[in-house]
Amino acid sequence: MSEGTIKKFMYVNRKPPYGTVYALESLEVVLIGAAFDQDVSLAFIGDGVYQITKGQSTSDIGMKNFSPTYNALGDYDITKLYVEQESLTERGLSVDDLMDIVYEDEDDDWAEKPSIRVVSRAELADVIAGQDILLNF
Amino acid sequence: MLHTVNKSPFERNSLDACLGLAKAGSAILLIEDGVVGAIKGTTIESKLTETMQSSKIYVLGPDLAARGLSEDKLVDGIQVVDYGGFVDLAAENTAVQSWL
Amino acid sequence: MATISVGGKDIEVDEEGYLVNLGDWTEEAASFLAGQDELELTDSHWEIINFLREYYDEYQIAPAVRVLTKAVGKRMGKDKGNSKYLYELFPYGPGKQACRFAGLPKPTGCI
Repeated sequence: MSEGTIKKFMYVNRKPPYGTVYALESLEVVLIGAAFDQDVSLAFIGDGVYQITKGQSTSDIGMKNFSPTYNALGDYDITKLYVEQESLTERGLSVDDLMDIVYEDEDDDWAEKPSIRVVSRAELADVIAGQDILLNF
Repeated sequence: MLHTVNKSPFERNSLDACLGLAKAGSAILLIEDGVVGAIKGTTIESKLTETMQSSKIYVLGPDLAARGLSEDKLVDGIQVVDYGGFVDLAAENTAVQSWL
Repeated sequence: MATISVGGKDIEVDEEGYLVNLGDWTEEAASFLAGQDELELTDSHWEIINFLREYYDEYQIAPAVRVLTKAVGKRMGKDKGNSKYLYELFPYGPGKQACRFAGLPKPTGCI
């Protein structure tokens, strides 16, 4: 895809990690898809917010903890992670329960900037309305 | 009877179905994605509190830890068990109902 | 499952020659795997291999070549952060080949 217009891709994540394979599959598709140089963002709504909680420890369930990989997304030029505020609130969570996912801004002397954007349901609806392609997991 | 629930109450009605049919004196164990329901301050907290007046609710610690949820976030009265505790609950109860 | 024998120990590898268990990796194993590709590891190779292992340790993935190139450039300078330099070191691809020597799985998105 070396030429052509850049499209706005959004990956919508609505499942908790580990109980099903959706979260990991989504992350893998995101990383593979990053090679196509599109305008990519991720949304975490509903139970999807559990994918990026801090302090995940999977040693006792015998599965790989893939939460550190979300911190690599910035290297793949994926710097917009939308989290719906209502989803956090409904689940007794706040932004403080999420990982501090950051990216380094190449155009600003590699300054670290937050990737997570907590938005309201109404704001997220606007962001979704502006997408070209939506992929749901 | 021991009831296990492995689905998120925010996505499926498995927990609702369980709570509706579990008799007083039941043991209800939240496992896998079901553990997310055990957290304080959620939209389903009052249902759990009500259930705990007549039954016991447990949550599987390793599944809680995997999802980054610490034990101090649990609804008061919910007990954490490990895999050994899961086995004990299964052995103590005459039957196990696994809500999917 | 195929195995390679390094330092008197059998190490499992998959059908493409990647280590099955990350924990089996040793520097000796890296040199052995390089030997299979008729490569002698130099300090320049080790610099990249060690970088890959650190990256994996932090993020639990092997970086895509594009990401590796950018990160090497940032950390070790522009003269090394380009695909020409990396392909000279690892002619079968800095992603695929260097990750194999580093004991990591094949990079995600590497077909």
